[in-house]
Amino acid sequence: MPFKSFILVCNGTCCAADGAQKLYDAFNKELEQRNLATTVQTVRSGCCGLCDKGPVVKILPDDVTYVNVSAADAAEIISGHIVGGKPVERLRLDNCDTTNMLRFDDFASDRKQFRIVLRNCGVIDPENIDEYIARDGYAALSTVLTKMEPEDVVNELKISGLRGRGGAGFPTWQKWEFTRREKNDVKYVVCNADEGDPGAYMDRSTLEGDPHSVLEAMTICGHTIGAARGFIYIRAEYPLAIKRLEKALAQAREYGFLGEDILGSGFSFDIDIRLGAGAFVCGEETALLTSIEGNRGMPKPRPPFPSVKGLFGRPTVINNVETLANIPVIINRGGDWFSKIGTETSKGTKVFALTGKIRNTGLIEVPMGTTLRDIVYNIGGGIINGKKFKAVQTGGPSGGVITADYLDTPIDYTNLQRLGSIMGSGGMIVMDEDDCMVDITKFYLQFSVDESCGKCAPCRIGGRQLLDFMNKIASGKASVDDIDHIRDIAFAMQKASLCGLGQTTPNPVISTLKYFEDEYMAHIVDKRCPSHKCKALVVYRIVPEKCIGCGVCARRCPVTAISGEKRSPHLIDQEACIKCGECFKACKFNAITIN
Amino acid sequence: MARLTIEDLASLRERVTAKKSSAEDAPSCRILIGMGTCGIAAGAQDTFDAFREELQHSGITGAVITKTGCIGQCYSEPTVEIRKTGMPDIIYGNVDRETAVKIVRKHIIEGSLVEDHIFDKPSPDIMDIAR
Repeated sequence: MPFKSFILVCNGTCCAADGAQKLYDAFNKELEQRNLATTVQTVRSGCCGLCDKGPVVKILPDDVTYVNVSAADAAEIISGHIVGGKPVERLRLDNCDTTNMLRFDDFASDRKQFRIVLRNCGVIDPENIDEYIARDGYAALSTVLTKMEPEDVVNELKISGLRGRGGAGFPTWQKWEFTRREKNDVKYVVCNADEGDPGAYMDRSTLEGDPHSVLEAMTICGHTIGAARGFIYIRAEYPLAIKRLEKALAQAREYGFLGEDILGSGFSFDIDIRLGAGAFVCGEETALLTSIEGNRGMPKPRPPFPSVKGLFGRPTVINNVETLANIPVIINRGGDWFSKIGTETSKGTKVFALTGKIRNTGLIEVPMGTTLRDIVYNIGGGIINGKKFKAVQTGGPSGGVITADYLDTPIDYTNLQRLGSIMGSGGMIVMDEDDCMVDITKFYLQFSVDESCGKCAPCRIGGRQLLDFMNKIASGKASVDDIDHIRDIAFAMQKASLCGLGQTTPNPVISTLKYFEDEYMAHIVDKRCPSHKCKALVVYRIVPEKCIGCGVCARRCPVTAISGEKRSPHLIDQEACIKCGECFKACKFNAITIN
Repeated sequence: MARLTIEDLASLRERVTAKKSSAEDAPSCRILIGMGTCGIAAGAQDTFDAFREELQHSGITGAVITKTGCIGQCYSEPTVEIRKTGMPDIIYGNVDRETAVKIVRKHIIEGSLVEDHIFDKPSPDIMDIAR
């Protein structure tokens, strides 16, 4: 006999701490007393993201959510709601009115995410074109082909306020309009799927979960600007995304959404895939185009911009995956609808890859203007192990950090730039008190130095020198004057580098210097790493008075650097020590100190 | 399939949408398994096989397993959504082989939910949001 109703009691870490188990037991007791245990089931569920309102209870199939529920409320919910059919209003979380849920602050209290780009991811079978069609798939293309002039499409994008999601945030309608106006027999549409920021994977997930949305948008672009051919430039390290794209391309051709005479309209357009060999610089548009042309991927000076002289010297629109995935929705629902979501300067939603020291790592899509606090503490469920939040890194190697002081800043293009970071492609790496800003910055610099193509001197030489300075700081050999040198080099790189990679390589340094100068000074002046991450500045010592000689540390040490007689104080051989910290974690008597 | 015209597309959309909702044609239970690179890396292929074997073993017909993309809940991969007629749509996380078997026996056969694996939907469906 199946159950008729379900009481879901959130048992995420926060709700469990708030007394979820007691509540669960109270519901069960109440159900048994009322002989309802065979028709209503109480179920423990995972974190629902409303961590500041726990314990949280959800009643299905009614889809009513209760917050801050205590065990004493169980009887009222069962008698009032389950038996009486009337939800208990005093505990109820306002359900979002889906007809009017465009403003981001309408969301914050209830639904945390709003999915436009990821609308089909996890919902449809990406290898079955019919499932895409059943959810308005290719409806935008058919509207564009039958009811809209190219100018109308550009105008709709203009009204929508859509800006490029790849990093720089250039208005999409302008790219399309500039290219459309160029007089040339041959034009191209290019999709930039060369996602390379460490910790970013929104484009991969979009292509794997909903490849047709990108194909449809590229075809709409082709019709708008007068192009007959498109390319998707995707990294070869994304084999599943490539496989699903290839399958989607074949299906779209079979159905007549690509190829000659699309949907009987007379318009012809087709798309090819080009695989990138894994160079970060090829995410830069001019380098990407050079790579498609079959040459070594290196950037070119702009102007001329791709909209004038792009692929093979022809006018080219180049858009990122996420940007494109928005476009069918904008056409279907109108630019006006889209422009109601987000903030003054940044419309729509943004997908972020939320990683690092966060409980609920994952891919999230929120309206522009959502605060970092909502992202970290509501959607993300807070910091792992209850540690203290330190900062979030956004924009990858081209971005910077946002500190705890700015947790309540609405996130959009303008605000992030004001804080010295960038939107970037959407990587968001959460850091806690154990993370060292010098160490993190060193990591990003090393990445940019490895990925510099070497064409221009500011990037090739400047990046190397910045990294040398960071290594000096991390090993306690730097002087205060070095900070000035770092600032000079950073300035030169920002001003004189040929492309975005070199111009933004210093960003992580500048940003962390701005917000964590004290941490730099601790390394430089005190020769100390406050987070104990920079190995050259960390010394593990055994305090003889506290050591009882149990030998646990010696057994745990991976390089056998610890010796000593049983029941007498042990000693760490500093020459052999690799500073992994295992002994520190293993010692139950606090006999090991870190300096 | 022959190449479509605008009219063909409109009627095809009607057909595929109707097929999804009509009681006769639609399977009584759909099992959607998140199989992006991330899901597969977390063991979703094993989960997929476990569902297939358990369905076969239990002699259940009318349940369809579908591979879908990533729903974004990396912390609870592999994720599986069960859409069964007469039951609320449920997303389960951390579904290993053992949990998959439980889901078939409890959720699909008995009509009860499986403890400790349910996660909330991350967002409302855009198709339900007014234009």
